Amino acid sequence: MSDEDFIKSLEGVYHIQGRDFVDAGIVSSEVKKSLQGKGIPESIIRRVAVITFEAEINIISYAQQGTIQLFIEPDAVIIEANDIGPGIADIDLALQEGYSTADDSIRELGFGAGMGLNNIKKFSDVFELTSDVGQGTHLKSIVKLSG
Amino acid sequence: MNLETLAEALGLKCKCCWEKLKTTEVKGGYAGDLLSDVMANSNAGDIWVTRQVHQNIVAVASLKGHAGIVIVQGASPDKDTLDRAGREGIPIMVTDMSKFEVVGKIYQLLSEA
Repeated sequence: MSDEDFIKSLEGVYHIQGRDFVDAGIVSSEVKKSLQGKGIPESIIRRVAVITFEAEINIISYAQQGTIQLFIEPDAVIIEANDIGPGIADIDLALQEGYSTADDSIRELGFGAGMGLNNIKKFSDVFELTSDVGQGTHLKSIVKLSG
Repeated sequence: MNLETLAEALGLKCKCCWEKLKTTEVKGGYAGDLLSDVMANSNAGDIWVTRQVHQNIVAVASLKGHAGIVIVQGASPDKDTLDRAGREGIPIMVTDMSKFEVVGKIYQLLSEA
């Protein structure tokens, strides 16, 4: 696919502010709405909704700010989340179910159980997570339409 | 089973969107207070039983397509939660019963339906 095709498949860019728990879920809701009515199977939309929600909550919980980009390609939906924040020093550890660095204010809201990244991985066909410590975290999740 | 029948059978008090109870079908249920757990494991059409009261529960229920939310243990939903539930059309009911008791009763009702 050429760069031009890739840009054409960009469906939306959503900005997320760190620590803004009041608006948590709004971006996921927008993403879900933009996928509906495009002939994308409901089962795929549900998976993308979970991935986007968890990515959104992670940015709100840990980063200063970030963006979620949604791409719709002929054979897949792609979610990319990039944030400016502390990053993840040990990605393997962060991916262990139950591992969390969330503080009490996050846990009181029912988040921070150490399940979010695992959920994203579980609901993705392709999952890529990279981080620059002290700078930010980059997530790419692909959900294939044939999945 | 529709949500109105279920709410009446359990004596649940509706705090939002009573007009939707009659037309909302309950297909199953899920109980939990960890939002990631509910996101990953609940299904569309579930009635969600929780002790959480803040507005993020509406986001989860809306994204998952839940039939409604039951808040247990006599807890009251925040005003922001009810406002958001109204905007998104998510029924919210409350009860003094414990989560264990509510879940047991809902399970029995759905099994008999």
